[in-house]
Amino acid sequence: MKTYTNPVYPYTRAADLSGAPRRWPVIVAGAGPVGLTAAIDLAQRGIDVLVVDDDNTVSVGSRAICWSKRALEILDRLGCGERLVKKGVEWNVGRIFFRDEQVFDFNLLPETGHRRPAFINLQQYWVEQFLVERLGELPHAELRWKNKVVGVTEHGDDVTVKVSTPDGEYSVHADWLIVADGARSPIRGMLGLEAEGQVFRDRFLIADIHMTSDFPTERWFWFDPPFHRNQSALLHRQADNVWRVDFQLGWEADPEEEKKPEHIMPRLKAMLGDTADFEIEWASVYTFQCRRMRSFRQGRSLFVGDAAHLVSPFGARGANSGIQDVDNLMWKLELVLKQRATLTLIDSYDVERTFAADENIRATTRSTDFITPKGKTSRIFRDAVLMLAKRHPFARRLVNAGRLSVPAVLRDSPLNTPDAANSEFEGAMIPGTPAVDAPVTGPRGDWLLAYLEGGFTLLAFGAVVPESNVAALARSPIPISVVQVGDRSTTGACVIEDPDGVLAARYDAKPGTCYLFRPDQHVCARWRAFDPARVRAALARATGESAMVEREAA
Amino acid sequence: MLNTEPNIAASDDFYQELIDLHRDLSDEESALVNAKLILLLANHIGDAAVLREAMQAAREEVGGTPLPLGEEKG
Repeated sequence: MKTYTNPVYPYTRAADLSGAPRRWPVIVAGAGPVGLTAAIDLAQRGIDVLVVDDDNTVSVGSRAICWSKRALEILDRLGCGERLVKKGVEWNVGRIFFRDEQVFDFNLLPETGHRRPAFINLQQYWVEQFLVERLGELPHAELRWKNKVVGVTEHGDDVTVKVSTPDGEYSVHADWLIVADGARSPIRGMLGLEAEGQVFRDRFLIADIHMTSDFPTERWFWFDPPFHRNQSALLHRQADNVWRVDFQLGWEADPEEEKKPEHIMPRLKAMLGDTADFEIEWASVYTFQCRRMRSFRQGRSLFVGDAAHLVSPFGARGANSGIQDVDNLMWKLELVLKQRATLTLIDSYDVERTFAADENIRATTRSTDFITPKGKTSRIFRDAVLMLAKRHPFARRLVNAGRLSVPAVLRDSPLNTPDAANSEFEGAMIPGTPAVDAPVTGPRGDWLLAYLEGGFTLLAFGAVVPESNVAALARSPIPISVVQVGDRSTTGACVIEDPDGVLAARYDAKPGTCYLFRPDQHVCARWRAFDPARVRAALARATGESAMVEREAA
Repeated sequence: MLNTEPNIAASDDFYQELIDLHRDLSDEESALVNAKLILLLANHIGDAAVLREAMQAAREEVGGTPLPLGEEKG
């Protein structure tokens, strides 16, 4: 490739090959974007983590390219969001074309006052490289390349992982195994588990091309364009003047033939014009599937990312949802490893993330059905929608070229404390919702999300938490830090200001309103006034205690 | 609730207009016009329960597996 050379990471002989096998709190299998994110999150929490990967480099080819606002916010918490954003290209606008004309355009983030854009585009290899480098800064992590998991066995609370290396095999023990070994997940196979679902009968050609062009940084999606009749096409900019081109080919296409440059070039020239000056960097033909495992926890093995669930690529819901899996799981794992919570909390990962996976599968399946209509009548309705969309706004909402990744609202999570009947909250921030960013001022910078990092946080509007409670919450077995909005009366809390009132408006806050956020920045409870007993009860529920009590009672 | 009592004043005129709408169209073009018409009317109605009832009524006596009644789809 012209714009990127895959690093070759050094293989080193593992000490376990000769000595007694070490026991790790957590082993992560797979150093893709999701596995690396998991390891960074754990290491940042001070938990020793071993990562093993059968390869010695990052992704070959761009693969996942769209990183969502929520994924960037999670990576901000993990100390690498800024690097991605600087290298990537920001975009908010998409355009839809039908045959030879534009039908409409849309802006994914029409509102200001968020640190991160709706999406950046960045080739997966850059993301993985940045994550590897970030992990290397953290003392609690060890990353072993050319170490391939070949066996997993469990005895009680111990997982034994058998690892094959160029110097032979060794075994290593762990309390928990994070399975992040991708769509084909060899470990899933070793454990005799399956991901169930649907395979779509269609093929797509994706190519990265290097091109200097004045096309805008937008997502362009064509249905039935003149240059590729009866199929769809996509053009999307990435970093370093690399562009992603995507052609729907149909089920009958021969993947090996279509990958050859002599077949790709005419397609590209038809799309980009005869005079366009470009080079192919990488190309692949793929089919896709929407499947998930029935449960993401199997004993002491926890499945994340593509190993747990697979979606079609329309909507950028693969890697982004994998990063959200990690965000959901790692704080729970920390509390369980430190014996502050029981296994019920780990089970809530399965409850919450299978719910999110189903949402992503449903969204991407519907997109696929729109892009690849099954049968004549579906096709007629699809074309009717596209024809109407040019003139009639209602039809634009029916056009489905991918419902782009937004985080799931975990509205039915057992970890939520429902609103009190008389609290009269309006707006979107119901329990289970990931925190929405807002511009603020304070000691940790100008964005709300930076104040909701690490552990549980109580966001209080006004000096409503007495000083003694601020101290007591900070000292409790599972600490809660208090962030106070406005009112500089000293209470010992971290004080931030909401200069434009955007924060209060987004959270429908009145003086006295309190929000309790989980370590993954999801709202788990909110009140119109501070009540320490209610905060303690909500914390217990959010860490799996009450849920367990209820389950036993049921 | 779906109104299936007479609701169009000049019903013969309406029927004639509906037939005329398809004059000179191929089967495929007609199908497209019908689909656009359904989408426009459905948006005008807007009420999901009414639309679902209409879909049920349309599907009656046509064959295949009957649609599940009143299923809420997320």
